[in-house]
Amino acid sequence: MILNFFLGVFYTLIKIIVIVVPLMLSVAYLTYAERKVIAFMHDRIGPNRVGNYGLLQPIADAIKLLFKELIIPTKSNKYLYMIAPVVVIGPSLTAWAVIPFNEDFMISNLNIGLLFLLSMTSLSVYGIIIAGWATNSKYALLGALRSAAQTISYEIAMGFCFVGVLMLSRSMSLKEIVLAQSGGILHWFWLPLFPLFVIYWISAVAETNRAPFDVVEGESEIVAGFHVEYSGIRFALFFLAEYSNMILVSVLCVIMFFGGWMSPISNSNFIGQFLHNYLPPIFWLLFKSSFFIFSFLWFRATFPRYRYDQIMRLGWKIFIPITLVWIIIIAFFVKFFQI
Amino acid sequence: MFVFFKKIFKNFLLLELIKGLMVTWKHFIGRKITILYPEEEIPKSDRFRGLHALMRYENGEERCIGCKLCEIICPAKAITIETDQRNDGSRRTIKYEIDLFKCIYCGYCEEACPVDSIVQTNIYDYCFYDRNSCVITKDKLLAIGDQYREDINKMKQNDSIYK
Repeated sequence: MILNFFLGVFYTLIKIIVIVVPLMLSVAYLTYAERKVIAFMHDRIGPNRVGNYGLLQPIADAIKLLFKELIIPTKSNKYLYMIAPVVVIGPSLTAWAVIPFNEDFMISNLNIGLLFLLSMTSLSVYGIIIAGWATNSKYALLGALRSAAQTISYEIAMGFCFVGVLMLSRSMSLKEIVLAQSGGILHWFWLPLFPLFVIYWISAVAETNRAPFDVVEGESEIVAGFHVEYSGIRFALFFLAEYSNMILVSVLCVIMFFGGWMSPISNSNFIGQFLHNYLPPIFWLLFKSSFFIFSFLWFRATFPRYRYDQIMRLGWKIFIPITLVWIIIIAFFVKFFQI
Repeated sequence: MFVFFKKIFKNFLLLELIKGLMVTWKHFIGRKITILYPEEEIPKSDRFRGLHALMRYENGEERCIGCKLCEIICPAKAITIETDQRNDGSRRTIKYEIDLFKCIYCGYCEEACPVDSIVQTNIYDYCFYDRNSCVITKDKLLAIGDQYREDINKMKQNDSIYK
């Protein structure tokens, strides 16, 4: 009995390591990819000095951050100041617990997975607020307030997108949601939920405080927002959380609208069978989500930053009405046509 | 009214955003214009006016005769020359210094020189480790001339047909 319990814990721990270590690595290389992609879009080459093609750059960055001095501002609230990065990174890693990588591999098949994800993605904003407040600096405080207002307004639109998905799949478990999309590319939810998909994706960019919604950091206005006074590994933790959130919302987008680990061609015909036999399901998940991760970087290189009141207008006056209307349409179809 | 709906329709299709994304995509796959500086350099003109050098004749005799025309014409007063009689009776400089912080790289010294002694090379990437070494002495100028002799000759030769 007890042995079984410990075996279970041990098994879960191994699963956590199997997920978190590649996640951390991919976060490190996402920073490299970001610099490269944006450089390419600027007609530049980007980092190319450390290692071949600059491939060791993220490792050099990590070592630099580890060895930097940890500064604590004199007038800050020390305990909150130190706890804030942990509060930010905790939920963004916890959210990975419910992500299904294929039909069997996930840490926990929670039947309220979608709600859990929504709550976890919104929890990290507390860390940002704590960081901004405990730093006791006006720029940090401004950044934190902006972040709070922005995250809360876009969460509503995002939540409504989740509602659309769960009406079609009739389940909140992420595994069930993916299974409800089985079949080819035309069975995935992006087709019936196209407006919700677009709104989800824009809200996701806003949720993760990325350009063009990065007024929270707003380098040109409030220096770096909530993490101005953070240095060294504490700053790295904020960075890690931001990038792992980016990967998370991309994977989530694939799971909800693009059929998770499913291959785009249903395995009823020859090509589908071939792909099904020779490509592992996780390949499709990573392949599809890497497109969305790339589009994060693409957006950052393309769009200028939104003005603060424009962000609020977009969130409250455009996204929420559209999502509501589309939810009603979907509800109508689900009720009377049984799609 | 129609215009209003047309505008709304256009906004909802996100056409402008897609147009913008296409622009960055074109640059993403396009040619990169970065020049990896220490390994690659942009081509330099033969008339490039960079670091100075003092030249010698083929037999090793220094060209400078200490006429001080360069010192006089220098608009920034960057050149300091002192002359004296050498053992063989000829007039030679005992001091020839250029303050590179004063120099504006106008090339007048080179034009004024009657014996083509002071020239400007196309070296532009030089630096000093302390402020005093911004003044380059006669020895250093001659050393630069000796080191880059072939390059300078070729450069001046190429340009001479346009003079």
